[in-house]
Amino acid sequence: MRIHADQEKCCGAGSCVLAAPDVFDQRDEDGIVVVLDAEPPAALHDAVREAAAICPAAAISLTG
Amino acid sequence: MTTAERTDAERETGPGARTATPAALAVPAARAGGCPFDPAPEIERARREEPVTRATLWDGSSCWLVTRHEDVRAVLGDPRFSADATRPGFPFLTAGGRELVTSTPTFIRQDDPEHARLRRMLTADFMIKKMEAMRPEVQRIAEELLDRMTDGRDAADLVTEFALPLPSLVICLLLGVPYEDHAFFQERSRILLSLRSAPEEVRASQQELQQYLSRLAESKRHTPDDGIVSRLVARGELDNGDIASMGRLLLIAGHETTANMTALSTLTLLRNPDQLARLREDPSLIKGAVEELLRYLTIVHNGLPRVATEDVSVGGVTVRAGEGVLCTLNSANRDEAVFPGGDALDVGRDARRHVAFGFGVHQCLGQPLARVELQIALETLLRRLPGLRLAVPFEEVPFRHDMGIYGVHALPVAW
Repeated sequence: MRIHADQEKCCGAGSCVLAAPDVFDQRDEDGIVVVLDAEPPAALHDAVREAAAICPAAAISLTG
Repeated sequence: MTTAERTDAERETGPGARTATPAALAVPAARAGGCPFDPAPEIERARREEPVTRATLWDGSSCWLVTRHEDVRAVLGDPRFSADATRPGFPFLTAGGRELVTSTPTFIRQDDPEHARLRRMLTADFMIKKMEAMRPEVQRIAEELLDRMTDGRDAADLVTEFALPLPSLVICLLLGVPYEDHAFFQERSRILLSLRSAPEEVRASQQELQQYLSRLAESKRHTPDDGIVSRLVARGELDNGDIASMGRLLLIAGHETTANMTALSTLTLLRNPDQLARLREDPSLIKGAVEELLRYLTIVHNGLPRVATEDVSVGGVTVRAGEGVLCTLNSANRDEAVFPGGDALDVGRDARRHVAFGFGVHQCLGQPLARVELQIALETLLRRLPGLRLAVPFEEVPFRHDMGIYGVHALPVAW
């Protein structure tokens, strides 16, 4: 799995951090998404899929 | 709104009002008697039988009502649906509501890129790690309010003593608004959010709040602090009026929503003793329970308005450019396709896909704060008051059918 987060689309609601705190964070200056681990271990894949599904701005895309 | 009031409203609009087909569903639709936690039966029926359906508004105009979870997400996530209330065809629930969103618009009624530019001035202030760091402060406030409420008494109104002051104190702290002024801004908020307020009342309250917050912004130019209003002033990108509009949005959204969720959640748990017992036995359920209560209660209960800027297909129906849409969040959150058995409260459910905070780029900015407040408020209340119970018959609880944000006007409890 490879994660791409679109910082232009992101609206800073923080849903991804709530769903997968080991993988996503928010930038200190404006709360916009930061990917901590773009190729997370399999154990986190479900949480990442949930984060992508609940992202209100459809800013998270997954490949692989 | 009663039938008599709706007739009055129609009469006021005069001969220019558009008329809808008689079969269309009139909104806001009333909840069924004895079912104050459930969406209106007509809306539930629409979701099952005709999920994208026509609805009639107060002035006789009509719009689309979108009721399924999938379709609500599709509309709110689609930039071809505008949140700009100045566009022709934008649906309003009342004349006062039209005044509220068109007189001094805030970024919740603007589209990108302007919406994103303004919202991004605030996203850092409400991000998760910042709100999580507020926990000790919110906890302290919750404990102090309960100390005061229970001091020498065994009954009180939970709304005025706990549910309302908790988020009011917190949002004042975050914004840098003096809490001593709470009677002033709570009363104005009540008028702005009431479905019964006349446009003149809405305009007057709006102006009073705007002037109050403009003066506050001006005072922060001379005596800055670390509140949000002061930091917006320090950015130097917005004038006092813009800051006042933003402050007004945060002040109202910051206390009305959490206050009503806290009181209504408490009542819901008291009415579902099996779920209350589960939560008392295992307080680690609190985070999931708050999501489930958000889903089950969905206090933004009258539908989020949008207007199509192009022809768009929604759930197999073509919504034409210039037609209004209301996305009924409370119906979407009961959609069996996503939440099996969704008409029942289940504090162990995975309710994370609820749309109680909306969806799309306008999704609630303050949701991390709301979650922290609700988790702390409910956990603290249940821990401190093991004998908590309703102090009046359930039938006497005054529900907020007349308000844009659902809840209870008062909640008499004993312990």
